[in-house]
Amino acid sequence: MDLSLEDRTEGDRTVVVVGGEIDVYTAPKLREKLIDLVSAGNYHLVVDMEAVEFLDSTGLGVLVGGLKRVRAHEGSLRLVCTQERILKIFRITGLTKVFPIHASVDEAVAATD
Amino acid sequence: MPTVELLLSPRPHHVRTARLVGVAAARRAGLPDELVDELRWALGEACSRAVALHAAHAPDVPVRILLREDTAGLTVEVIDHGPQGLPPEGTDPEALFGSAVQGSGHNGFQDGLQDDHADEGVDPRVSLAVLGGLVDDIDVTSTEAGTTVRLRWPLPVRTP
Repeated sequence: MDLSLEDRTEGDRTVVVVGGEIDVYTAPKLREKLIDLVSAGNYHLVVDMEAVEFLDSTGLGVLVGGLKRVRAHEGSLRLVCTQERILKIFRITGLTKVFPIHASVDEAVAATD
Repeated sequence: MPTVELLLSPRPHHVRTARLVGVAAARRAGLPDELVDELRWALGEACSRAVALHAAHAPDVPVRILLREDTAGLTVEVIDHGPQGLPPEGTDPEALFGSAVQGSGHNGFQDGLQDDHADEGVDPRVSLAVLGGLVDDIDVTSTEAGTTVRLRWPLPVRTP
C-alpha cells in the first residue's frame, strides 16, 4: 500500500490522517504535506497514525522536522497512535519524550499544553 | 547457499520490494505471524538505512540482502557499502535526531532551529538504534568496506 494523506480542520487544529507505509520512498510526500500546511499558516497539527502500516526512521525524521517547523511558529504537533509496534519505535528512539501521543483524534484536538 | 539473495539498486522504491520478498520468504520458512511482522519492520528499516547510505556514498553499487534458512533459524543480512556507523548509546532523542529536538520541553527549542535541514536525512545510526530495539538477535559488523546488519529469528521445529 502506498502512502495516503488527507487533512481536515477541527477548530484551530489541522488533522492529518496518514495511512499506509511511511518509508524512505514515501516519507518525502509526508514532508511536503507538513511543509505545505505550515506554509499555509496551519501551526497546530494533529497527525493521525492509526492507519499507518509501516514506519521507519526516515518517517521519524520527517515528523521531527514537522515538529520543528510548527514550533518555529509557536505551534504544536500531536500524534494519534495506539499501535504498539509504532509506539515501540517512538519509545526506542526517545521520541515519546518529544511528541505528545494521544489515543484518539478527539483527545488530541481537545488537548492543551 | 542463501535461500534468497537480492541485489537492490539503491533507489527508495526498492525498499518496499525488499520488505515484500522478506515477508514471503519468512512465511515460506514457517516464521510465526508476529515475527513475520517484526521481520518486515526490521528488514524495511535496515534496507532504508542501506539505501540512504548508498544513495549518498555509493549510488552505483547495489545493496545486498541475504535471507538464509538453516538450523539456527532464519537469518537476514543487509550488506551495505556506506561509511561505518555504530549506534549511539542510549535513546536520548537529542543524540539520535540532533538539534531538531533540542528543548523538547518547549524551552530552548529555538536553538534547534538553526539547522534547517534536520529532517532532510536521518543519521543512519538512528536506524541501528531502532533495529536494536526491534529485534532481539542482531549483530552489526562494520569494516572499511561497509556494514553488515545480521538479524536472526528462531524457527519453530517442524515435524517431518
